[in-house]
Amino acid sequence: MTDQAVSVPRRESPLLRFVKGLALIRESWVGMIGLGIIVFWSLVAIFADILAPFPPNQPGLPLAPPGSASLDGLGVYWLGTDQLGRDTLSRIIHGSRQVLLYAPLATFCAYFVGIPMGLAAGYRRGLTDDVLSFIANVILSFPVLVLYIIIIATIGASGSNIVIAVTFASAPGVMRIVRGLVLDLRNREYVFAAETRGESAWRIMLVEILPNARGPLIVDACLRLGYVVITIGTLGFLGLGLPPPDPDWGGMVSELRQFAIVDPMLAVFPCIAISSLVLGFNLLADGLREVSLRD
Amino acid sequence: MLIFMVRRFGTMALTMLVVSILVFLLLEINVESVATKVLGPYTSQEQRELWLERNGYTDPAIWRYLRWLGNFVVGDFGDSVRFKVPVSDVLWPRLANTAILGGIALFIASIIGLTLGVIAGMREGGARDRGVSVGAVLTTSVPEFASAVFLSGLLVFTWPVLPGTSGMADGFDLVQLVLPVMVLVIYDWGYVARMTRASMAEVMMTHYIRTAVLKGLPYGQVIRKHALRNALIAPFTVIMLQINWLLSGVIVVEVAFAYKGFGSLLYEASLNSDIYLIEACAMVAVFVAVMTQTLADIGYTYLNPRIRFS
Amino acid sequence: MSSQSHSFDGPVLECRDLCISYFTRAGEIPAVIDFNMTLEQGGSIGLVGESGCGKSTVAMAIMRYLGGNGAIVGGQVLYKGRDMATFSEEELRQLRGNEIAMVYQEPMASLNPSMTLGAQLMEVPLCHENITEEEAYKRSRQMLADVNLPDPDRIMSVYPHQISGGQQQRVVIAMALLSNPSLLLLDEPTTALDVTVEAGIIELIGQIARKFNTSMVYISHNLGLILETCDRVNVMYSGVVVESGTVTEVFDHMRHPYTKGLFGCIPLPGADKTARPLVPIRGQLPLPHQRPSGCYFGPRCDFFQGGLCDRDDLTMTQVPNEPGHDVRCRRWQEIDWDSYHPEGVGAGETQAGEVVLSINNMKKYYELTDNSIAAMITGKRVRYVKANESISFDARSCETVAIVGESGCGKSTFAKVLMGLETATDGKVVFNGKDISQEEVQNRTPEQVGSMQMIFQNPFDTLNPSHTVGAQLARVIRKFGVESNKDRIEQRVMELLDLVKLPREFARRRPRQLSGGQKQRVGIARAFAGNPTTVVADEPVSALDVSVQAAVTGLLMDIQKTYRTTLIFISHDLSLVRYLADRVVVMYLGHIVEQGTTDDVFAPPYHPYTEALLSAVPIADTSVEKTRIILEGNLPSVTNPPTGCVFNTRCPRKIGSVCETEVPPVVEPTPGHQIACHLSMEDLRQMKPVIVMAEDAAPPAAE
Repeated sequence: MTDQAVSVPRRESPLLRFVKGLALIRESWVGMIGLGIIVFWSLVAIFADILAPFPPNQPGLPLAPPGSASLDGLGVYWLGTDQLGRDTLSRIIHGSRQVLLYAPLATFCAYFVGIPMGLAAGYRRGLTDDVLSFIANVILSFPVLVLYIIIIATIGASGSNIVIAVTFASAPGVMRIVRGLVLDLRNREYVFAAETRGESAWRIMLVEILPNARGPLIVDACLRLGYVVITIGTLGFLGLGLPPPDPDWGGMVSELRQFAIVDPMLAVFPCIAISSLVLGFNLLADGLREVSLRD
Repeated sequence: MLIFMVRRFGTMALTMLVVSILVFLLLEINVESVATKVLGPYTSQEQRELWLERNGYTDPAIWRYLRWLGNFVVGDFGDSVRFKVPVSDVLWPRLANTAILGGIALFIASIIGLTLGVIAGMREGGARDRGVSVGAVLTTSVPEFASAVFLSGLLVFTWPVLPGTSGMADGFDLVQLVLPVMVLVIYDWGYVARMTRASMAEVMMTHYIRTAVLKGLPYGQVIRKHALRNALIAPFTVIMLQINWLLSGVIVVEVAFAYKGFGSLLYEASLNSDIYLIEACAMVAVFVAVMTQTLADIGYTYLNPRIRFS
Repeated sequence: MSSQSHSFDGPVLECRDLCISYFTRAGEIPAVIDFNMTLEQGGSIGLVGESGCGKSTVAMAIMRYLGGNGAIVGGQVLYKGRDMATFSEEELRQLRGNEIAMVYQEPMASLNPSMTLGAQLMEVPLCHENITEEEAYKRSRQMLADVNLPDPDRIMSVYPHQISGGQQQRVVIAMALLSNPSLLLLDEPTTALDVTVEAGIIELIGQIARKFNTSMVYISHNLGLILETCDRVNVMYSGVVVESGTVTEVFDHMRHPYTKGLFGCIPLPGADKTARPLVPIRGQLPLPHQRPSGCYFGPRCDFFQGGLCDRDDLTMTQVPNEPGHDVRCRRWQEIDWDSYHPEGVGAGETQAGEVVLSINNMKKYYELTDNSIAAMITGKRVRYVKANESISFDARSCETVAIVGESGCGKSTFAKVLMGLETATDGKVVFNGKDISQEEVQNRTPEQVGSMQMIFQNPFDTLNPSHTVGAQLARVIRKFGVESNKDRIEQRVMELLDLVKLPREFARRRPRQLSGGQKQRVGIARAFAGNPTTVVADEPVSALDVSVQAAVTGLLMDIQKTYRTTLIFISHDLSLVRYLADRVVVMYLGHIVEQGTTDDVFAPPYHPYTEALLSAVPIADTSVEKTRIILEGNLPSVTNPPTGCVFNTRCPRKIGSVCETEVPPVVEPTPGHQIACHLSMEDLRQMKPVIVMAEDAAPPAAE
């Protein structure tokens, strides 16, 4: 890929072009809101140590209602506490780190596996396609959560296992999308031109085809990120997520909702956190799609 | 058409076969852990080995697999460790409960999704379109467990109009179904609506709609006779495939509302390492999913004359 | 058939100072400006122009169907004397399909894929007239018979995809005629069809006009079709009519420099690459929001005069003594056409050299196997598709060999075998002394690959949108080992851009910043990057506008002459082939039916298929007399070709059963001119020329 770039003087570096492309999102207010939410949570995750009023695992007044003062009177439990007296706000702030680490990582891994599979299936077709598509169909025929439960039940609950499970379950979906795009793009004349000058199959897939599929793939990645956030939350809710005591949004919901009879608001806050992040990704995807369809 | 159906069912059987191998490999290839799970962690090494020997676990894996598969095909899923009864005794009633919950939710979500999708797609970019799109994005961004929390916060605790759990302890009660169905519908309708909208909007842009309008047909007739038929082919498949997603959502909802269905059964089984139950649940879930996919494909072919006659 | 309006005896349709605009995010974009037209009952007007000139917009405005972002911003459309702006929605609906009907460019897309054709046809009378289903069925069936469709009952009950493109268009025409409209709008009705099918549709349209006395607006980019269908013509350029008048006036005594230029660009029978070369119009069509002030054609016009032509308020002026012949030009009276001799392109004699490419009895069969897993279980099913059957011909250096045929004739497969993307099933392809028929492109040496390159058809597809022009050219140079040093490669990229007459800074541009013609030039540069001895050009100009076509064709011929390249020119456009080819190979369903020098092929004796092809080509010259030969039936499927002579199912000169049972022999009326036909040499020699020029015209190219 690099040798394409060097021979001719370029006005713009690829990085600059990427940033410029990203700036197009300004034309869609939906996308801007989405981007805003994501940037907000990213900042929260980065500065969690500064922003959180309490250490996330520090016990205090149990099941304190939102707005009550801590035992020593030095702080306020803005969003209340859980049954061990840990501050919900601090745990949400620290929990964003887990989500924003594992969700992008898992999505990236799914693409890393799914893209080559989709390229090979769509470009080579024939037996390669049949075999790869069949494997994908088998995995996709599991209801997702059933698959997660089996995998986690087998290999145990941990951050890296979540990444493995998400990769295993999502890569076939990525493969299908890439395959569909490649089936369309492989009939373009510039691909034909590359074939007639004897380029290797992988070069054609990676240099001639893949860059032209980037638009729909970026949109899909955003949607998938949102879905992975939901998945991680759901696994946490079912007790199959990250092992305690580190804060995990889904796990917090499942703990706090048991005390809804005491105060139904306690469980609402982590739900808002997770829903807003998913919304951010979904809105960004919508905005990107809108902008890409404009020209 | 017949050849197509035979082929499609052949592929389905093959998929199930591969799925069974996968499930077997994941859960039964390590006999040590099978013994631990069945007998519990506090058993001695000798006890486990004795158990393994007695239950044929010393045979080669391929033999064990074939025997396992044979039992599965005739409906013998083994005994549940947790419930101490044959798996099929617990599985089928639970599955029926889930079918009721899922069926109602799917029906309502499809009706809402299709209607709003068609309305939104009729005039792309209009006010209705934007309204539906925004609504769909908002509701599909809320995970099932979160909307369960929101809804019970509102309808169980703040204004207590609905029961907070759906255990059906005193027999079947339709009121207890309201919250679980609502949660599933909220998450699922948006997806159907978005697909329908996209399909409808695409059809409205086609030349044959222009032909129909320029033939002088009344607008209502253009929509009913020309647009809907074509626009609803794609969402049909989506709805059928949605069953697969619904099964995931059902697990969460059943756990959240303690509904005695198939999803909570699988969940309990996994928490208790009840491997025969997990296996049975997984196989049944995949069977349902693959079956709906097959029906979706056949239905799609039937609805689409371009495939039917070629 | 609402009776009240039929009594009106004025013009059926009148457009007065019609202005139509589209409203986009960038603001208002005028699509049609100051458009005037009067159509009498039974008359036919052609709208002709290149893409983006606004001709289809006019038709949609007449139908009052401009979509969400288009609107009439000035002027009027009068239907039978009544301003259409005063029609209510309901009146408009009654008008559409009943009084005004339309035939569209792509018949497949215009028909609803999930309704039977019968249901779609019956809708029209059912919705406009108060009649029963049976009556509607009878009328629809009758109309299908009237548009010469065989077996109307079957057609009524099938879905659109089950019949061929030509039949689909006949159904659309039948649908338009069902309510006996007063006005028929035809928007490029044959553009998506093969030439021989097109000829049938054009004949049908002529019959309709005579039989039903329908008024027609015929929209086309093809001047030849306008000549065959219309009595008046409006030539449009960039949203305005530049010249209007009767077809004879405009075709024989055109006054506007653009009209003149347009005729200079199309290879008429009189044109000849050595004696009367094509004259391209320089530059390119302005984008709608970048139109110059004054005359829009100004920047491309040889008679442009600053201060005069770029002044605003340019109007139509009438040509004296020719009422109804109007020209939108300030200087048309000053132009002296007799002393205007613009420089043509691709001029000059060339001499063919030694044989570079020799194809001997090459065959390419495809095996159709179902590779899906399901099929493997149920057992494989294999069929053979004979894409190419016994192809033999030679090509010499500096020679242009044209391969002519309609869709499905095997042109593309042949190109793939040449390029090494497929290997031949049998026979030899000797290129520069080596048989390459079994060498896939990966096994060929970089020199071999570089010395045979290809130019593609679709300008919007030929360059990779993700890479700059320079990067794409550089890759080819490096790949073929022409240069390896970075600076030298860049130097070579610049030379290539010079070669195709593009500015050097285009190296940094991306394909979407280029126009269609410019992209095609880059495609040519790419093909010539490896100093090829042979270039295969697959319909290189057929997707371009007429005025750009000539320039690109000329460029290609210039480069070919400079490098003494062998050019394999694949095309369906016989006029262009006659203009630039030295030798012609005519293909039908994978078989070569005729080959010889261009003069041989374009003059009798012909193969009956060549004869029909020649007759089908529309020619924009009033002095040309053509014999009408309309082929019956559909193009047979390649997977199931007819036995014996493949052309026997449609051949108007079929002798008898011998055509169905025996493969025709190859006869040579003159040395080098081969015809594969059962007709006796005597019958062949008695054939009359299909195209005859009137005596006062220029001598035909074939002499």
